Amino acid sequence: MTAIVSVTNLRKSYDTGFEALKGINLEIEEGEILALLGPNGAGKTTLISTICGITVPTSGIITVGGFDTVHEYRAARSLIGLVPQEINLEPFETVQNTVRFSRGLFGKPRDDARVAEILKSLSLDDKATAKIKELSGGMKRRVLIAKALAHEPRVLFLDEPTAGVDVELRKDMWNVVADLKRQGVTIILTTHYIEEAEAIADRVGVISKGQILLIQDKAEMMAQMGKKQLRVDLAQPATTIPAALAHYDLTLEKDGNVLVYTYDTRKDRTGIRTLLNDMANAGLTMTDLQTQQSSLEDIFVGLVKDNA
Amino acid sequence: MNLTAIKSIYRFEMARFFRTITQSLISPVLSTSLYFVVFGTAIGSRIETVEDVSYGAFIVPGLIMLSVMTQATSNASFGIYFPKFIGTIYELLSAPVNFIEITVGYVGAAATKALFIGTIIFITAFFFVDIQVAHPFWMLAFLIMTCISFSLLGFIIGIWAGNFEQLQLIPLLIITPLVFLGGSFYSVTMLPPIWQTITMFNPVVYLISGFRWAFFDTADVPVGLSLLAISLFMAACLTAIWWIFRTGWRIRQ
Repeated sequence: MTAIVSVTNLRKSYDTGFEALKGINLEIEEGEILALLGPNGAGKTTLISTICGITVPTSGIITVGGFDTVHEYRAARSLIGLVPQEINLEPFETVQNTVRFSRGLFGKPRDDARVAEILKSLSLDDKATAKIKELSGGMKRRVLIAKALAHEPRVLFLDEPTAGVDVELRKDMWNVVADLKRQGVTIILTTHYIEEAEAIADRVGVISKGQILLIQDKAEMMAQMGKKQLRVDLAQPATTIPAALAHYDLTLEKDGNVLVYTYDTRKDRTGIRTLLNDMANAGLTMTDLQTQQSSLEDIFVGLVKDNA
Repeated sequence: MNLTAIKSIYRFEMARFFRTITQSLISPVLSTSLYFVVFGTAIGSRIETVEDVSYGAFIVPGLIMLSVMTQATSNASFGIYFPKFIGTIYELLSAPVNFIEITVGYVGAAATKALFIGTIIFITAFFFVDIQVAHPFWMLAFLIMTCISFSLLGFIIGIWAGNFEQLQLIPLLIITPLVFLGGSFYSVTMLPPIWQTITMFNPVVYLISGFRWAFFDTADVPVGLSLLAISLFMAACLTAIWWIFRTGWRIRQ
């Protein structure tokens, strides 16, 4: 796979002295869905705005499809579609006309059939001649996506596509994103909903205070960083951990009724079998056991907290 | 050159004009008719001629200029301020277009609207007074140049404005007084000498004088000076717009 978007040493400081991006390096592969995860004010929107040309970088290089976004902005921007966070639409215009306008603005010749196709793929075909102010919030979001797709971009940026959107519509939006991926569009979305990244992303980048803390394959990240826990219910509560078990990473919970063993899934051996043997030898009787894996959320919170 | 983008902006802006066609056209036509009734017929009947032209006809060029200047400014300023206000400006900034294309699209549309209105007023005037045009080519040239330059000015105001109040401020406080005092309804020679000198610092005098010359072949200032004035004004606006986009002032952070 080749990088379709490449960001090198990107910095952005404002006149106020605030440094929104502190040396971002990022390679986005063609055809992937990358979720940029981070708390509010982390720099997600600034990063996207800078790649799309809305914000001017203070230093650093960005290329899209191999084109420099400053010097070859026409070629670079033609490849990009942007769905902003806010619902910014001309209220009195029809859906069809705003989408046509977007297509023209990006230099593509008028093609009503293509526009109709895009509207259909977003279930907006019956709203084509409706005025935007007549649409519901969810429909307006779809219009924003239709506008971003009007010039058939290869890279689509979705800035918080599901912020303030109800559960059903969010699932809907995820389906739209999955469809686009099938069509070969590279998708970068920002979100602060961890479940969103977990549900649809191929890779997850965690951004906080203008820096990328980590960027990794989602499954790999969870496997590597995800700690697993074994919880063992004891027949009789224990007051202390027996000396024979001291070399395990153990804690007691629920007044000594539950013994919790934290282990690493990366290791060849989890140590569960020997632990259970050692427990029996130490005279601890178990009534039940279960395992638990930490979610992306735990990882995320851990990372951001460490960075604070 | 992204011609498709220019065309798209132009069309989109014109669509707004046609969507509100009644208010876009009826109000200037109505207010101009009122001017004719009040100044042309009621008061004008007491003033026989100005520079050998009947007063009713004399005010026609001034009235057209008055409407064209205010309409061009307000249309262009609103055209670019509205996307800023509702947030759709993000699309312009992220599109593969440069500042020339954006300016041509918005200013072109605003100038077209102003030209429309100017033409309608000209036609309306025919119903009230007898007018003949001495230099049709120059009349059109002055009209078009005024439409474009005041649309450029409006475009700058729209970018500068931070709220709707500021959007109205410059047209209200500067343009309207300059136009009224620029000889829309009188000849500069009718003023006392001291005011004649002061009036010469008003750039609008040159535009109205040139336009009136195109109608009646008489002018307050030489036509060459009028042409020079409007060219300088246009150049100043273009320089300001070039600077705005180069620095990203009030648009791009």
